[in-house]
Amino acid sequence: MLMYCKISSEIWLVFFGTLVAILLRCCTMLHSYSGQGTPPMYGDYEAQRHWMEITTNLPIREWYQNSSNNNLEYWGLDYPPLTAYHMFICGKIAGFINANFTDLYQSRGHESESHKLFMRTTVLLGDLVFYIPAVILYYYFCVRLEKKREDSATMRTRKKSKKSVLDLKIFEPSLSVVLGLLYPGIILIDHGHFQYNSISLGLFIYAVIAILYKRHIVATVLFCLALNYKQMELYHSLPFFFYLLSTCVPKPGQTTLSGLVSLIKIGLTVLITFTIIWLPWVFDPNNFLQVLHRQFPLARGVFEDKVSNVWCSLNVLFKFKTVFNNHQMMRVCLFSTLSAILPSNVDLFLRPSRKKFVLALINTSLAFFLFSYQVHEKSILLVAVPVLLYFPYAPFACFWFLFVSVFSMTPLIVKDRLIIAFVALVTFYIVSFRISIEHSFKNTFNSNEGLLEYYRRLGVLLFNIELSKKYKFSTMLMLIYNKMLQNRHALYALMLHVTIIVSLFNCIILFCMSLVWQPPKRYPDLFPLIISAYSCMHFVGFFIYFNVRQLSLPQEFEDIRNVKVKSS
Amino acid sequence: MIIATTLLTSCVKLLLIPAYKSTDFEVHRNWLAITHSLPIEKWYYEDTSEWTLDYPPLFAWFEYVLSHFATYFDKGMLKIENINYDSDMTILFQRLSVILTDFLYIYGVHRVCNALPKGWNREMVLPVLLITNCGLIMVDHIHFQYNGIMYGILLISISDILNGQHKWSAFWFTILLNMKHIYLYLAPAYFIYLLRHYCLNKTLSFQSLFSQKLVKNLCELGAIVLGVFTASFLPFIYHIPQVLTRLFPFKRGLSHAYWAPNFWALYNTIDKGLSILNPKNISNNRASMTGGLVKEYSHAVLPTISPIITISLTIALTLPPMIKLFILNKEPYDFLRCLVLSGLTSFLFGWHVHEKAILMVIIPLCILSVLNQKDAKIFLILSTLGHYSLFPLLYPASLTFVKVLVLLLYACYAFYSLQKIHQVNKSNCSYTLPLLHFIETVYLLGLVAVFLYENLIHKLLGFEKKFPFLPLMFTSFYCSLGVIYCWAKYYLYFLKK
Repeated sequence: MLMYCKISSEIWLVFFGTLVAILLRCCTMLHSYSGQGTPPMYGDYEAQRHWMEITTNLPIREWYQNSSNNNLEYWGLDYPPLTAYHMFICGKIAGFINANFTDLYQSRGHESESHKLFMRTTVLLGDLVFYIPAVILYYYFCVRLEKKREDSATMRTRKKSKKSVLDLKIFEPSLSVVLGLLYPGIILIDHGHFQYNSISLGLFIYAVIAILYKRHIVATVLFCLALNYKQMELYHSLPFFFYLLSTCVPKPGQTTLSGLVSLIKIGLTVLITFTIIWLPWVFDPNNFLQVLHRQFPLARGVFEDKVSNVWCSLNVLFKFKTVFNNHQMMRVCLFSTLSAILPSNVDLFLRPSRKKFVLALINTSLAFFLFSYQVHEKSILLVAVPVLLYFPYAPFACFWFLFVSVFSMTPLIVKDRLIIAFVALVTFYIVSFRISIEHSFKNTFNSNEGLLEYYRRLGVLLFNIELSKKYKFSTMLMLIYNKMLQNRHALYALMLHVTIIVSLFNCIILFCMSLVWQPPKRYPDLFPLIISAYSCMHFVGFFIYFNVRQLSLPQEFEDIRNVKVKSS
Repeated sequence: MIIATTLLTSCVKLLLIPAYKSTDFEVHRNWLAITHSLPIEKWYYEDTSEWTLDYPPLFAWFEYVLSHFATYFDKGMLKIENINYDSDMTILFQRLSVILTDFLYIYGVHRVCNALPKGWNREMVLPVLLITNCGLIMVDHIHFQYNGIMYGILLISISDILNGQHKWSAFWFTILLNMKHIYLYLAPAYFIYLLRHYCLNKTLSFQSLFSQKLVKNLCELGAIVLGVFTASFLPFIYHIPQVLTRLFPFKRGLSHAYWAPNFWALYNTIDKGLSILNPKNISNNRASMTGGLVKEYSHAVLPTISPIITISLTIALTLPPMIKLFILNKEPYDFLRCLVLSGLTSFLFGWHVHEKAILMVIIPLCILSVLNQKDAKIFLILSTLGHYSLFPLLYPASLTFVKVLVLLLYACYAFYSLQKIHQVNKSNCSYTLPLLHFIETVYLLGLVAVFLYENLIHKLLGFEKKFPFLPLMFTSFYCSLGVIYCWAKYYLYFLKK
């Protein structure tokens, strides 16, 4: 209030956008959660509540042990210790509000309006503390700096090179913040379906920010925390590992010793963080192994339900489960995953750059999602968040990916009876993307029309030939073909837009069909299967696209150059 | 801008489908059932449910049309015996019907924006302020009512006035009256404006009273108004006394269950305060502490108010602005101001006023706020207060976040955009909200304290059982101070013009 006139409109935009994002979360909270009113097992909501019950009522050593008080068959704790601690705190508060919430045995399947409000509030708090500020900070401190650098660079080089009419700069960071916070996937899964993804993903984004700011120790601690909140963060661990390792490789002008020292520092940080978090179990080998075992349940099979990964899609043609047993399948998964993550991680290690880091995160997590063992449909969020971080550099492709990622979760959403929320949130997201694109094009082109102007310019580049009546039709075609060859980037842009629109329409048609049509009795899972195969096709395409993008980026020589300047 | 805002707001409205709904939901469901399954003659006699049909005939027809669509969703909701029926499909249908009929409101907004002088304020600010109006979202899409369509008709009528299409304006306003008779509060402004600027000559003279124009135009307007009334009441021609008793139930109390923030809220609070200070004077034991929550209420110390008093007070206070409007030159914005004043006066002094009626003031004032700084100032205070005073309607705890955020967003956007339009002097804006004084700022921010007290401190102090009515009383008392201040300020501003 005090200085409202001095705040720029950009910050106001972020402020309003954040409030709207919180409002959408609060509205989604009113919808049903997973397993609402479906005894005896209920769903993820009951799982989290049950963990509150277990952690507050049992001593810390028994949390992961099967015992008469802790039946692991009924939603046994299978997340790392940080989740357990978080549940302990929440459980204490729940017990303070109403002892029925966490009563041992008695509270199983407890459902009430006040309890729902309490649980929803804890998720909202986690989101407010971790995810939302992390997204804002990332765009504000990482992307905006880069945009400034880029803007000044174009100012310098403007005279030399002819600027292409299509050249898109980095997307407006304030708009990216808003779009990042409005991403429907996280809202639907956390505030609708009920999970605490925003906490681990928020910690993960903080770690990325720290890496981009070259605070390697801080990044290590933050990432270890994220990993200890949810083991799924392992999807992101390899790029962190390889990037940090590459920083330990001595640069010209550095001694081997300094590299070794930084390696030891990072290693020690990991060890210390883990030891502190695992303290109650560390000195008891049996118990320790049990805790570990709980988190990697290998017996569960290669996929549950319908997931849009390679195995589930290929399963239509080729029944893996009949050919391989679980162990063999695991090996197949391991091998294919490793070969899929190899290119991007080796590239990151050998030619490190901070821009590549985010891309490597996308590629690695997407490879895990597509090829690894025991994948949930919700795991796509782990890919979606790095894509969100990359959004300003390739807005259209990222938007497309994000849309498909939400679409791939529709079977889950239908099961949780969140269809209305899904439709509303996705429409909201598409409309706000459309508005921001319009706004950003208006700014870059300095015209009254945004997207239309963009298409007009594309048309001029591709089809505008000096028309005269003398030309035959075939010569005209030749001329256009030539023109297209000269302006290949414009052609790609046009093709991208057309495919995005076609693909979005297909998604909408598929979604509507799955709601209206009753599938034939022989194939009850027809639509979930079509949806996951369709999304999987996209994901494979995106996997190739992001890999190409990463491998075509040059190495960043900034550090080395600076060193040379100093030494000379 | 209108399309984008509409889509985004509609998404939020969709998200609110499973939210808490008040008894008004059942009221409207019951009306669907009545109009669908009974012959016309019985519509106003049916009383199986306690929520009898008490809106004018056109609204009954509106429900009749809706009920035909309802058959595609769930036939159960159309049975009169199914009291408190709320299957998922029923909820979906009723909520969707509100969201879809809101498009008439959007059309009204479009008409009004086109009728204003060109500028970015009419293209960017006014549509957002009108479409995202948080009062409408709270009352229509959470509490459940069909105000959107009514205000749509009101806006169409206003846009006709702005464009100088007086006959159309009269037509739409009469339709509005036949949908919901609460808009009678606005009728004086319409009557005076149309009489003065459509029927009479520019310069008032004795001869003009007998001119041909007066007779011709009066006859035209009369024919329009009477025509609409006849069309709506003709099917009920033999039952008009019964319809009227349903429409005007004077048996209800001075204040609604929760006191709307008007003059009587202040009066009730003072009465209560005096009775506590001076317990010997209590002549009437019925004025117990919980009295605020029951319908019948008689004052302990101050004289009890009868309907006649409220009506005469309202008329007396509405007269001066009307005379002023009669004297003033023809300017449609003054008509709007007069509309606001007659709405606000009857809100403050009327009998059994609902807190929702404040929207009748806020929406016309919103149009003025983008044009004039003084109107903008009153709008900012009044809209924040008025929307805040709707909070007790949405009492369930699960809605706390939603209602706070909706209000916060709307108020912030209103302050931000109006401050931009009216370009406040940048040097002295450091310690007040834009466009406001220091005291007004403190008063508005005091709402935060009121909210905290109502939701937190009251429970922590353990007053819940001792004084259950205290938070509500305090809220309406606090808000009524501001509303009366706005009324007085606007009243003087209009009269001095």
